[in-house]
Amino acid sequence: MQIKKKYLFIFIYYFLITNIAYSIQPDVFVQSTVNRASKVLSENISKADKISELKKIALETVDIKGIGFYTLGSARKSLSDDQKDKYEKIFKQYFLKSFSSRLAEYTNPEIDVYGKEILNDNYTIVNSLLKGTNERPEVKIDWRIYTKNSENPLIRDLIIEGLSLARTQKEEFSSILNSNDGDINVLFKVLEDFINN
Amino acid sequence: MIKKFGIIIITTLTLTLNAYASSDGELLLKKNEPSEVKDCFEGVNRATFAFNQALDGIVFKPVASVYKKFPSPVKTGVSNSLDNLSNLVTIPNNILQGDLALAGINTGRFLINSTVGVLGIFDVAQTLGIIEYEKEDYGQSLAKAGVGPGCYIVLPVLGPSTARDTVASTVNFFGGDAWYNVTVRNDTHYFRDIDYYSSKVTGGVDFRAKNYDSIENLKENSIDFYASVKSLYLQDRQQKIANTKEITNTQNDSDWEEIENK
Repeated sequence: MQIKKKYLFIFIYYFLITNIAYSIQPDVFVQSTVNRASKVLSENISKADKISELKKIALETVDIKGIGFYTLGSARKSLSDDQKDKYEKIFKQYFLKSFSSRLAEYTNPEIDVYGKEILNDNYTIVNSLLKGTNERPEVKIDWRIYTKNSENPLIRDLIIEGLSLARTQKEEFSSILNSNDGDINVLFKVLEDFINN
Repeated sequence: MIKKFGIIIITTLTLTLNAYASSDGELLLKKNEPSEVKDCFEGVNRATFAFNQALDGIVFKPVASVYKKFPSPVKTGVSNSLDNLSNLVTIPNNILQGDLALAGINTGRFLINSTVGVLGIFDVAQTLGIIEYEKEDYGQSLAKAGVGPGCYIVLPVLGPSTARDTVASTVNFFGGDAWYNVTVRNDTHYFRDIDYYSSKVTGGVDFRAKNYDSIENLKENSIDFYASVKSLYLQDRQQKIANTKEITNTQNDSDWEEIENK
């Protein structure tokens, strides 16, 4: 009985230690992601290489699948499984291209994380500031971090000066669907054209 | 006669202030929710948007690309003096929204910056620790009084707006903007029409220069630029009406929760 108790104690202790060791704080996660991206952007490599490196970072740190389904809005409910699979693949390519091209234009952006607000078990908003330059004013950027798996937090949205990029994209997709009688194939076509452009 | 006017004013003020007291923050956000604003004239709006884009390419973009290279102190000075002039619309709207304390603070800010700050070029008030300036307009006041945004409208040259905000902005031309009164309506003979219009054009160039990279980036990476601009404008408007910088107030978390159960 004594031995069993001892084993149980060791097991609980080990579980707690590993859990603490692998749990990543959302603000630390954002700062480290930003630092990684800044390093890539300040490196003396071609734009294509920068884009390729940024894509790698995005694949590790952004919940592309989650953003994709959020962006689709209520239209996702009427998709068949095949259409969902197709959408997931196309959206991933679209997102990576759009995300990396947007970032690749910046050279050595300095972003400081200064706070966070835990919304619930699933979400934390991390606050940061993009330092101003002579050509651009200071910009406040908030990050919606999906924390359901605390060992692997993921970015779900960037809120720039209070304006949500995910929400903007959702309304963009919705506009395309609405002007084409909700035909998902038109959205696929538009996204594919963007990817191949 | 004067007594009658007094009664009307007091009654109106009481009714309005009561409306403010009962206006619920959540209802205000819901009423101004971007996805709820109808694009009733989408065809015309898209055509006007295309016209504005062409105008931007010919006038605002080239001018802004030069302007953004100006030394920071020059741009800050221009920005400050434009902000200072906007106090003339903000102050009456602080009063209309029942925020008399803020109206007082902004009046102090305007007086200090217009005098010690050399016509608003230097933001002395900020240096003195006066709270951060937030612009207000007649559209925001109407929204606070419970008026919904109506349809989304793209105005030639001026850009995105809503039916409510377009109607409300006409107040500026009927005595609601002291800067318009002393320039275009020529109340004092110290200023001319050109002073008003050049301040508006400079404001446009200043905005374009501040957001130069963001606009270009968005244009390049949007699959429907019109829809993106509409969404960003309406999100910004909702935030300004609610007078909140807390993003959790303007972001609907339930949208995100739904995808958990997809």
